[in-house]
Amino acid sequence: MVQHKSALQRTVYVGIYCLLTLVALVCILPLINVLALSFSSNDAIQADKVTFWPVEFSTKAYHFVAQKKAFLLSIWVSIQRVGLGLLINMVLTVLVAYPLSKESSHFRLRTLYAWVFVFTMLFSGGLVPTYLIVKNLGMLDTLWALVLPGAVPIFNVILMLNFFRALPKELMEASFIDGCGHWKLLWKVILPLSTPSIATVGLFTIVGHWNEWFAGIIYMNDSIHYPLASYLQTIVVNLDISKIANIDDATYLQSLNDRAVRAAQIFLGALPIFCVYPFLQRYFMSGIVLGSVKE
Amino acid sequence: MGKKNWRLERPLHLMILPGLLFVLIFSYAPMAGLIIAFQDFIPTKGMFGSHWVGLEHFKYVYGLPQTRAVVANTLFISFMKIVAGLVVPITTAILLNEIRKQFFKRAIQTVIYLPHFLSWVILSGILIDILSPSSGILNQGLGFLFGAKPIFFLGDQSWFPYVMVTTDVWKEFGFGTIIYLAALTSINPMLYEAAVIDGANRWKQTLHITIPGMFPVIVLMMTLAIGNILNAGFDQIFNMYNPSVYETGDILDTYVYRLAFVNAQLSVATAVGLFKSIISFLLISLSYIIAYRFANYRIF
Repeated sequence: MVQHKSALQRTVYVGIYCLLTLVALVCILPLINVLALSFSSNDAIQADKVTFWPVEFSTKAYHFVAQKKAFLLSIWVSIQRVGLGLLINMVLTVLVAYPLSKESSHFRLRTLYAWVFVFTMLFSGGLVPTYLIVKNLGMLDTLWALVLPGAVPIFNVILMLNFFRALPKELMEASFIDGCGHWKLLWKVILPLSTPSIATVGLFTIVGHWNEWFAGIIYMNDSIHYPLASYLQTIVVNLDISKIANIDDATYLQSLNDRAVRAAQIFLGALPIFCVYPFLQRYFMSGIVLGSVKE
Repeated sequence: MGKKNWRLERPLHLMILPGLLFVLIFSYAPMAGLIIAFQDFIPTKGMFGSHWVGLEHFKYVYGLPQTRAVVANTLFISFMKIVAGLVVPITTAILLNEIRKQFFKRAIQTVIYLPHFLSWVILSGILIDILSPSSGILNQGLGFLFGAKPIFFLGDQSWFPYVMVTTDVWKEFGFGTIIYLAALTSINPMLYEAAVIDGANRWKQTLHITIPGMFPVIVLMMTLAIGNILNAGFDQIFNMYNPSVYETGDILDTYVYRLAFVNAQLSVATAVGLFKSIISFLLISLSYIIAYRFANYRIF
């Protein structure tokens, strides 16, 4: 498309570039502000001198956070949760998605099964009955309460089954003729061909488990069982110092600005997401397209 | 024939079994547990030992003065989020589509998609700091630029719903552009070539080709959003609200949470939750049916 741009058009284009740059800055500056706060000195923060660059550079907040037992413990809970949750979610997602990707003529109860799963996306028992089930199963204050209630992520199942369906049918027919059963077909043929969708769903799962905070708040009576997200929720959002800080912390906090400590913890909580973000970005595009555009 | 089929299909049933069990325990059993909305549920007596009270809890909740406000807040905040959540991503997608420098486009996309992946806990922590009337950079900036008095964004009833809408758009608009950018790439380039020959400038092309070309996707997204209108954003509001903004900021989900875990009125909370689940079910089903009929949209 050849276009001769007039002065007006050029001005409009410069305007679009500026506007989009501004929009992107609005997205990123709050994050930079928090990062700058976490690396600034107490005096600078109290004098409201910190904007988007650390003032009187200091890593004191991080030193303080690094020896905070509750914080470190919650990271360990989160790591366990992500590991166990990833394993359970991926296994169940694949095992549910594969049979559902079959045609009804090959798997007669497929439609019934599919509705059983999809119905849970449309209707739910809600907060209290779910809580009571988890409680009655004796899972309060255990890691299981964080991973089992969401063990079958229906949205991911749908992404995966759409991907399985897009694989060439001839491959499966050929495997069947060669005497290959469903388990072998899934393990030897389907899964090796599905690495992109498995990576997509896996990353979604990791991010989901790392970010999820509500289950920790309601299912854990004792805050030592909190995953990091729930721990951050109580200290960052509630701002209830009495709940988290013992007396030693309180004296330390006087010399160290609470805002810097909070900022440091927020940044550390988001750090794993920043780390997987480049991979997410590569994969989620294909994931989204899989989920939304069908012929 | 029947036997042979069963042998062929047996592995498929086995595969689906574990997932099915989890769904039965953690999704369907709670649905059965909804009966406590019609009981005077006492945890020690259990579901079978508690008294039946019929619709009493529904009547009680209906009579509470804050219930009406909660429903109104939910609809108001949701509706504004839907409108803003359509306008901003669509506009951004159209502007991004005009960018020919791929490097610049990629850089902008990378930055604006990022907030979507951060949880509301993280973002609330950041926003509470930024929006603080005493030390937040936003109020400092406004004071510096316009000499404005500090605004207590999260503590002022009249500001709170709008702050929720703005920050929600801030988190999600970038990710929302993806679907519209995909719709833009599917518009036939020959339409633009024909328009250029007819002497249409870029603005006319946007108006008469780009926007009509995106129209089906826009209607689809709107339909699906309306199905979710009772979900006004629990994660966000729960992490940013406080008692001084309950009047305009309290929504159904936060209301249910407080009824259950603060007031310990489990049956009442379940009744509100059931009411919400039923209306949501009808709306979501309806939106899927409409989306299926008119856009041939299927979830799978």
